[in-house]
Amino acid sequence: MNSTAEAPPVLPEADDAQAGARGRRPGGRTVTKDAARPGRKSFRSRLRRDKQMLLMMVPGVVFLLLFFYIPILGNVIAFQDYQPFLGIGDSMWVGWQNFVDLFANPDFLRAFWNTLYLAAWQLVFLFPVPLVLALIVDSLISTRVRRVFQSIAYLPHFLSWVLVIALFQQMLGGAGFVNNTLRQFGMDPVPFMTNPDTFPILVVVQMIWKDAGWAMIIFLAALASIDASLYEAAAADGAGRWRRMWHITLPGLRSVIVLLLILRIGDILSVGFEQFILQRDAVGAGAAEVLDTFTYYTGVVGGGWSSGAAAGLAKGVVSALLIYAANKLAHRFGEDGIFAKKVG
Amino acid sequence: MATTLSPKRAFSPKRPVWKERPSPLYQTIKTLVLLLFSASIIVPILLVVSTSLADKEQLAQAGGFVLWPERPTLEAYETIFKGPMVLNSLGVSAFVTIVGTILALFVTITMAYATSRPVLFGRPVVLAVLFTLLFAPGLIPSFLMIKELGLLDSLWSLILPGIFGAFNFVVMRSFFMNIPQELIESARIDGASDWTILWRIVMPLSKAVIAVVGLFYAVGFWNSFFNALLYINDHSKWPIQLLLRNFVVQGSGAADGLGISSVPPSQSIQMAVVVVALVPILLVYPFLQKHFTKGVLTGAVKG
Repeated sequence: MNSTAEAPPVLPEADDAQAGARGRRPGGRTVTKDAARPGRKSFRSRLRRDKQMLLMMVPGVVFLLLFFYIPILGNVIAFQDYQPFLGIGDSMWVGWQNFVDLFANPDFLRAFWNTLYLAAWQLVFLFPVPLVLALIVDSLISTRVRRVFQSIAYLPHFLSWVLVIALFQQMLGGAGFVNNTLRQFGMDPVPFMTNPDTFPILVVVQMIWKDAGWAMIIFLAALASIDASLYEAAAADGAGRWRRMWHITLPGLRSVIVLLLILRIGDILSVGFEQFILQRDAVGAGAAEVLDTFTYYTGVVGGGWSSGAAAGLAKGVVSALLIYAANKLAHRFGEDGIFAKKVG
Repeated sequence: MATTLSPKRAFSPKRPVWKERPSPLYQTIKTLVLLLFSASIIVPILLVVSTSLADKEQLAQAGGFVLWPERPTLEAYETIFKGPMVLNSLGVSAFVTIVGTILALFVTITMAYATSRPVLFGRPVVLAVLFTLLFAPGLIPSFLMIKELGLLDSLWSLILPGIFGAFNFVVMRSFFMNIPQELIESARIDGASDWTILWRIVMPLSKAVIAVVGLFYAVGFWNSFFNALLYINDHSKWPIQLLLRNFVVQGSGAADGLGISSVPPSQSIQMAVVVVALVPILLVYPFLQKHFTKGVLTGAVKG
């Protein structure tokens, strides 16, 4: 590209908006063409102007390429019979065969079903908890009680899943505190941690323990931004506690709730990977095998690289579609959704 | 923190006149919920710490767990630090956390600053980062990438995949975008380069957000266990989380695995390992707490 070329179509409006301020820069002044056309700069002069900024992007861009975009391309092995010693170049192409095999594989179908089942549990039982906690905390009059509770409730978010499971084991495991106490009173121990039937409950309880307090933060901020005079006016008009919650609080939280629901739905197929891989041995693959653990055990442990990659790719594509659909739905309900919020 | 969340109420911590007193039933339910939730968090942690400090007699008497050590002893800790495994894995975790956090801050700060103003390629790069929030490349291709780079069984496999996070980038970038342009422009007129501006003007103004993001990265590195499970076979390179997983969660003969002969009961040994992994987080928690709400809300609301 030469210096007389029109500015390339990259970020046109953003640059024009600031071009006036940036025109004063020494870099910009050297190119006389720009003086004749204020607000427009040639590619080369912008390159010179932003040289150092571009240099600063290099580490991040290299990271994105190495650990994100090139691995995304690596997903082509889902369409191959990948052999590590042959590499991607020489492995045989098999088209959709891996996917056909997957959907005929009862283990995969069970992992798929478990994922959806556990995700539904999370959506129904996990999602409302932080909201309820936030409503209670927001109604507290004493700032000190608030602060103490918040300090306690946020803590588990910063503990690793390994630590969380270890703590749960010490409390609820076969040799844990609760069962020890039960035994001392002559009662039978309860297999909280190993019963596949109650596994969804255990998983949701663990997630509430770890993250419900943390998830409260966003609701609390949204609650604090609701205009207090609305409550006062409603109370003056005779609206009671519940009417105020229904007509003021919940509408005020609507966009936050929608936003978090979308994020949740996009994440739904990634139901707590670490949490499951840590407990899969104790509960058995029947109840605790989800798409991510299936990918791990088939691909990395079992050496079935291609079917593992196919399972991972199927999951990634479905997740992306879910986010897209949820976002569309949010727009339909007149909310911003995530895309509008995140860009910019 | 409460003040940042509800400024209008913090100055008058009294019940507003229009608000009716809660009924006793409602008040009781509220108190119970908050107390139970807090207790469910405090009790397990207290139990683990106390049991790790308890002596043999009290443990035997109590049947395995104590809520308060009557004669606290560090015997369990002396034992786990006698063998090489725990010290070794602590060293690995410390190395990964420190080096990882420094690198992560470097990559995130430069990237966030370089895209905080309208520059060439700024927008496509930002979009490329945000896309990572929507789609993940998947486990197998990531594993093969690490393998291709020759990083299997190297500590760099624990560091490099974690040195850039889209969420931290968004927080950092929106902070940089709010720095007054006049400051930057005037420095530029004085002939400062972009690197000088970043180092001398932007970073000193952003100490708080750098601290938050740095702590988030540090906690992330300290807590990560799955990368180690994937990429590290060599026992001498296990981080503390993987050690915790293999000897406490999987519960396979703690004492033998740690290369020590068990003098105190194995219960206390396990607990001591849990506490060793827990303590660094508890130590930084007050700092985290001081700043994180601000960080999280910047990312969530403005991002």
